Amino acid sequence: MPVVHKAGTKIWQRRSTRAQLAVWFGWLLGVAIFVYCWRLISEKTIWFFVMDAPVQAADMAERMVPPKWSYMEQLWGPVWDTINIATLGTMIAIVIAVPVAFCAARNTTPSRTLVRPVALFIIVSSRSINSLIWALMLVTLIGPGVLAGVIAIGLRSIGFCAKLLYEAIEEIDQNQVEAIIATGAARSQQLSFGIVPQILPAFAGISVFRWDINIRESTVLGLVGAGGIGLQLDASISTLAWTQVSLILLVILATVIVSEWVSARVRHAII
Amino acid sequence: MSNTPAIRRWKRPPFITNPTLRWGLWVGTAIYLAFAFGTMEVDWGRVSEGAVRGQRFIASFFPPDFTSRWESIRDGILESMWMTITSTVVGIILSVPVGLGAARNLSWRPVYLLCRGVLAVSRTFPEIILAIFFVKLFGFGPFAGFLALSVGTIGFYGKLLAEDIESMDPVQAEAIKSVGAGWLQWLNYSVQPQVMPRMIGLGIYRLDINFRESAVVGIVGGGGIGATLLTSFDRYEFDSAAAILLIIIGIVMVLEYTSGYIREWVQ
Repeated sequence: MPVVHKAGTKIWQRRSTRAQLAVWFGWLLGVAIFVYCWRLISEKTIWFFVMDAPVQAADMAERMVPPKWSYMEQLWGPVWDTINIATLGTMIAIVIAVPVAFCAARNTTPSRTLVRPVALFIIVSSRSINSLIWALMLVTLIGPGVLAGVIAIGLRSIGFCAKLLYEAIEEIDQNQVEAIIATGAARSQQLSFGIVPQILPAFAGISVFRWDINIRESTVLGLVGAGGIGLQLDASISTLAWTQVSLILLVILATVIVSEWVSARVRHAII
Repeated sequence: MSNTPAIRRWKRPPFITNPTLRWGLWVGTAIYLAFAFGTMEVDWGRVSEGAVRGQRFIASFFPPDFTSRWESIRDGILESMWMTITSTVVGIILSVPVGLGAARNLSWRPVYLLCRGVLAVSRTFPEIILAIFFVKLFGFGPFAGFLALSVGTIGFYGKLLAEDIESMDPVQAEAIKSVGAGWLQWLNYSVQPQVMPRMIGLGIYRLDINFRESAVVGIVGGGGIGATLLTSFDRYEFDSAAAILLIIIGIVMVLEYTSGYIREWVQ
């Protein structure tokens, strides 16, 4: 226990002197890095605009109320598109993620040296590219529209679903699989009777969770032309129709809250 | 049991036990899919045209072109990194008081509701929408992106911190209180050690998320690599775009491995 002697009495300390120094040095380094980065950002910032921001914010807020409720008629279509992008994208993702997850899990992969790294690479590259960037690519490739959004969401979600799913597969109870093997089941039967029932709740939970995230993400895909309510948001912002913008934001808020509620209810029912 | 028929086939129990709900879900899904595909407008001519471009795009990954736009790629990546670091630090610092206030076992009711409200609002809108507004308010450049990412970080980190504090072991907290610790000492010696390992891991995870997000806030003018990426797509310079994407994937992979390492080391 780290103790210092001061005037003959022992005083307890949380860390030894050396550990204390190390902690201080770590903090010093961290602060130095932060200050350095901050300076670089502040060099690129026009502080006049930042100082002006409160005025601008007040001005914008004033122009945003009241929301233009009559615009709602034109928003139902985009909202429907947004939900479709999220739902169909999640479905595509699940269909692809399941085999990838089985290839990536240590206990089910066909080959640890060949197949597993490939599956892990698919997971990482799908996860590390934001859905907006996927959408950007797909819009250049297959043109603007809902389809690009669906595929973008699908590609982005593969990594997320596959990662959580393969972790669930690795955590299964091996005894049950062994029991199935003992009855003389073939490999495919082991899979469908030993492993699948164990991961089914996790699977359903992951799908709904990702669907919820995807609703949120698909609201912005329109900014790069991939369909959904983001298209209207982009158009309204560029035409400075602030009353429409505030209505769209409210609609997004409502959609996200509803989807979160649905997802929470479903996950609660499963687990 | 003796009067049961001799031959009975075992059937796997269904995942959803209620048959009405089960069949209802299937039928509902089918109807939904029919509607969804029915209302989706797809220009198949344009899609097939994309196949050619797609081949070009994939071909441009071998080899990607790092050199011809290297200056702007480097600047963009560095700017993304600064934004990532500063926004993670500021976001976490700001989220600590909010998270403490949003923990039910720590704060009193009005503060709890206020902090939960702050967290809910900052979590609802995607960073990119926040970035659009911050660009309008604060002008183009990394500062707007930095703010957007910071707000996103507050929502994420504050919520998880609050949940972690709510599920901590109250016995240790009581022990520290019983030796006569003040409120700050109590936080420092009983709450902090319990939540710290997980929160360090989450902090690094958030750093990872912020880097990925910093790659897109540039699309709406918030600084970082996104602007460079958008330009290279608009000019159909797929080989430069491929280079940028590979760099992003590489950095995210490095971050993910380090974060795994640090999390193991902390615990």
